[in-house]
Amino acid sequence: MNQSTTEIEETPYVDATQHREANHLGMWMFLATEILFFGGLFSCYSIYRWTYPAAFAQASNRLDFWIGTINTGVLLTSSLFMALADLAHHAKAVRLTRIHLSLTALLGAVFLGLKFYEYYQKYVEHLIPGPHFAFPDAPPQAQLFFFLYFAMTGLHAAHMIIGLCALGWLVRRTTKPAWTARHSDAVSIVGLYWHFVDCVWIFLYPLLYLAGR
Amino acid sequence: MSLLAAPIEKPPLPSYLEAGHSVRSWLCTLDHKRIGLLYLFSITFFFAIAAVAAALMRIELLTPAGDVVASDTYNRLFTLHGVLMVWFFLIPSIPSVLGNFVIPLMIGARDVAFPRLNLVSWYLFIFGGAFTLYSIVGGGVDTGWTFYTPYSSTYSNSHVMAMAAGVFITGFSSIATGLNFIVTIHKLRAPGLTWFRLPLFIWSMYATSVIMVLATPVLAITLLLIGLERFFGVGIFDPKLGGDPLLFQHLFWFYSHPAVYIMILPGMGVVSETIAAFARKPIFGYHVVAFASLAIAGLGFLVWGHHMFVSSQSVYAGVVFSLLSFLVAVPSAVKVFSWTATLYRASISFETPLIYALGFMGLFTIGGLTGMILATLAVDVHVHDTYFVVAHFHYIMVGGMVLGYLGGLHYWWPKISGRMYHEWTARISALITFIGFNLTFFPQFVLGYMGMPRRYHAYPQEFQMLNVLSTAGASILAIGYILPLIYLTWSFFYGKKAGPNPWRNPGLEWQTASPAPEHNFETTPVVNGPPYDFEVLPEESV
Amino acid sequence: MPASAVSLVAFLGLPARASALASRVDALFITQLVVSGLMVGLLLALNLYFLYRYRRGAKVDRRPLEISEWKIETAWIVATLVTFIAFFFWGARLYVDEEKAPAVAYDIAVTGRQWMWDVRQPNGRREFNTLHVPSGRPVRLSLTSEDVIHSFYVPAFRMKQDVVPGKRVTLWFNATREGTYSLFCAEFCGTKHSAMIGEIVVQSPSDYAQWLASDATPQPDRLRGRELFAKYSCSGCHDQPSAIHAPSLVGVFGSSIPLDNGEFVRADETYLRDSILQPAKQVIAGYQPIMPSFQGVIPESDLLELIAYIETLNESTAPTAADAAHP
Repeated sequence: MNQSTTEIEETPYVDATQHREANHLGMWMFLATEILFFGGLFSCYSIYRWTYPAAFAQASNRLDFWIGTINTGVLLTSSLFMALADLAHHAKAVRLTRIHLSLTALLGAVFLGLKFYEYYQKYVEHLIPGPHFAFPDAPPQAQLFFFLYFAMTGLHAAHMIIGLCALGWLVRRTTKPAWTARHSDAVSIVGLYWHFVDCVWIFLYPLLYLAGR
Repeated sequence: MSLLAAPIEKPPLPSYLEAGHSVRSWLCTLDHKRIGLLYLFSITFFFAIAAVAAALMRIELLTPAGDVVASDTYNRLFTLHGVLMVWFFLIPSIPSVLGNFVIPLMIGARDVAFPRLNLVSWYLFIFGGAFTLYSIVGGGVDTGWTFYTPYSSTYSNSHVMAMAAGVFITGFSSIATGLNFIVTIHKLRAPGLTWFRLPLFIWSMYATSVIMVLATPVLAITLLLIGLERFFGVGIFDPKLGGDPLLFQHLFWFYSHPAVYIMILPGMGVVSETIAAFARKPIFGYHVVAFASLAIAGLGFLVWGHHMFVSSQSVYAGVVFSLLSFLVAVPSAVKVFSWTATLYRASISFETPLIYALGFMGLFTIGGLTGMILATLAVDVHVHDTYFVVAHFHYIMVGGMVLGYLGGLHYWWPKISGRMYHEWTARISALITFIGFNLTFFPQFVLGYMGMPRRYHAYPQEFQMLNVLSTAGASILAIGYILPLIYLTWSFFYGKKAGPNPWRNPGLEWQTASPAPEHNFETTPVVNGPPYDFEVLPEESV
Repeated sequence: MPASAVSLVAFLGLPARASALASRVDALFITQLVVSGLMVGLLLALNLYFLYRYRRGAKVDRRPLEISEWKIETAWIVATLVTFIAFFFWGARLYVDEEKAPAVAYDIAVTGRQWMWDVRQPNGRREFNTLHVPSGRPVRLSLTSEDVIHSFYVPAFRMKQDVVPGKRVTLWFNATREGTYSLFCAEFCGTKHSAMIGEIVVQSPSDYAQWLASDATPQPDRLRGRELFAKYSCSGCHDQPSAIHAPSLVGVFGSSIPLDNGEFVRADETYLRDSILQPAKQVIAGYQPIMPSFQGVIPESDLLELIAYIETLNESTAPTAADAAHP
């Protein structure tokens, strides 16, 4: 208790509302940053696909359509659980919050598992850009596609891993007694982030997997 | 800002400097003022290294032959100078040092919105700096601060990865600082402090923060792509695969042109504050000056292509970027006019910060007008990548931002240290800086129009005279930098006590003790009037 | 340009003017300097006057201004905007002029590499770090780089063009004054960037012709071009008749070509180059985009020979049975 009072004194806020508003605005600003971060890659992709449509279509067909599609479903479902967790949290249902958060994290882990299996496939097929890249009968620009594929999905996967860490932290927090009082917006803040990462995938999936279809 | 000028009578709260003396109390502090000081020490350190690099370059350029250092060393020196000055001095200078220190004080807040993030941001800065220093100690980087591909990605045999990693990490420090300031300014203003009661420094820091948050990630992703290209051995800027090296330039300047405004808007903010303070008058056209900051930030995102007029981008792109570049010059010009008009019917006293501000106005005007010349397509084709460009951006970066930074540091020094510096030493040092600066960089305009390309280790005979002049000026400029370091350090320990409000200024940051107490204000201040309301504090008592 | 401006140029030590463009650029630059000078002078005078007159302690009228601030702000916003826009148009006009090469120009190929300029004159004569050009007629350089970005910069012509690997760009000028002028690399390109300098030698047409004839290396060999045309299997599709539906290249150079999107494009060197490297970009109307890209397949030197070969193809030189028999 003593600790929590000093911590309140340490914050720069006058009240809880101000604190919550600041947290949310901060998260939105962070997401704006993220949009520009991914935006650089998306613009590279657009320019090269516009310039080399045939090579991109040919290269895209080498991706595993079914893994991509299943992963899209998995990630969208995880977002659903994230939203449910937020609802449960607002209803002060701690156990339900914990269950939904865990499900979200579980589906996120499934996504990453499938993703890394896909990377392994590409490694076996010599589709990792560099000296060992081998794609017979394809123009050299196909390598641009795979470079972008790894850069974009890799960056996305890195965000997923950060999201999983945040979820793990939240789940652990829900087991602590002081939970509801102190972390009133943590769920919705992490939720915003998770949904954002999900949205990025919604763009990645058609651009990468469906370009040749 | 109208206020109840209640003199501070109670035994004052311990100042932020007295709130703990252990190393831990500094390295783990969440106090924005202490973090500001941490930045002050770190950027001074990086500035010193970068300045030594510049000095070596100027010595090399004293004679046409490349005789002092080898060409590879010279190439590493200007890269080092550029990278450190841009990312480790200019970008954090006013925002991270002065912004951190005074934004919460100026808006009547206890701290920035996210104090922990603020500390993390300093650690990221140091961490990025460590990578960069490692790349220097390990042998340096020879790509220039612009990292143009395919030179940086394929041909350079230097530590590009380490330096790019350093800049990448520091970029996140910049993003975190910008984010923190935006939220602070939005959410933590004192009761009654509406947007149009904000001091102009806050407006310019707000505009700066927007650029930091929206532009820096694009640099981050670009550097990441360079790193990946070096790692895989192939990449998307590689012409052998059909990649386009110009795409790199587009991405790089999409960040780096707005970044130029990160390096000047805060300086403009300081000038607005100091001119108001020492002319004892509100800034002429407050609203226009405030919106000019936002206009610069907004338009600044649309002009990156003017770095690429001769790069073989399309003619139409060149024409559009040129037009937009002229437009972005208008709000800058408006600010200069407004500052001049502020002096009309003012009551002016020539304290050191004002001398720096006047120097800023003169040099920034020259920098801005030569910027207009550079935005002119046909002329830029001739002077692009020559010393004309070097001179132009030093007039903005040094003549503008460094003078703004030094001016701001002097202006808020009483609040930072609680003490006064020696006034005449400071005035003379400001003049030395001004003279040395002009001697160094004015000849470079002429050199540029004569056709001397930049980044030349050796040069034809006909350019020598002006280069000698420039080097001579640089040695004077060096004195102008060393002096403040000495007398400010001295005054930090032995200077005359300043008292809470040495400038008799109505700004909120002056309504608390000097140095400020740990949580800034004893009670949250309430604002009920416009900024720069000097009538509440008569000047006679100065 | 008025005489006073010319002497100003001499006074400032501005570089020689050796092209038609140079004096036009200087005229614009000097106008800008004068306008900027007036602006700085005006601001300086006003500031000094205000600083002196309104110094603290001076007994002067300090009542606030009666005119609305908005009116004054609007006035100087409009004034700056008009000045700037005028300069924009002036500069853009010149730029567009200097980008538009005249239809008939004398073509010279320049390749940049670390750290030299490799020039090939139309008759095949090569020179390094020196470029001989005839005066008084438009010369068009066709530039590319073999490694990193360089920049071809001739201060006396007020011309500069970045030279980008994987691209061929053109730059044209009309040299008006005979003499020797500096050539610089203006884009940082590595260790010996500052040593990548050379000379432009502008000669009278007759001197130039004499120089050119003095040491001619043979034209790019038509037979060699034909060999490459076969080696990279171009002939398999583009020689008529062919089993594959591909356009004939006879007489294609310089002609206007209808594209599948309804536009037309002039088949110049850039177009030929792009069509080899990025065939899908501009497809001739009525054909399928079936040609593979040769990016990274054909080295720069072969590409030059190939393009030179295609340029020579016309009705009279069209591949004959003899050519086909002699790959």
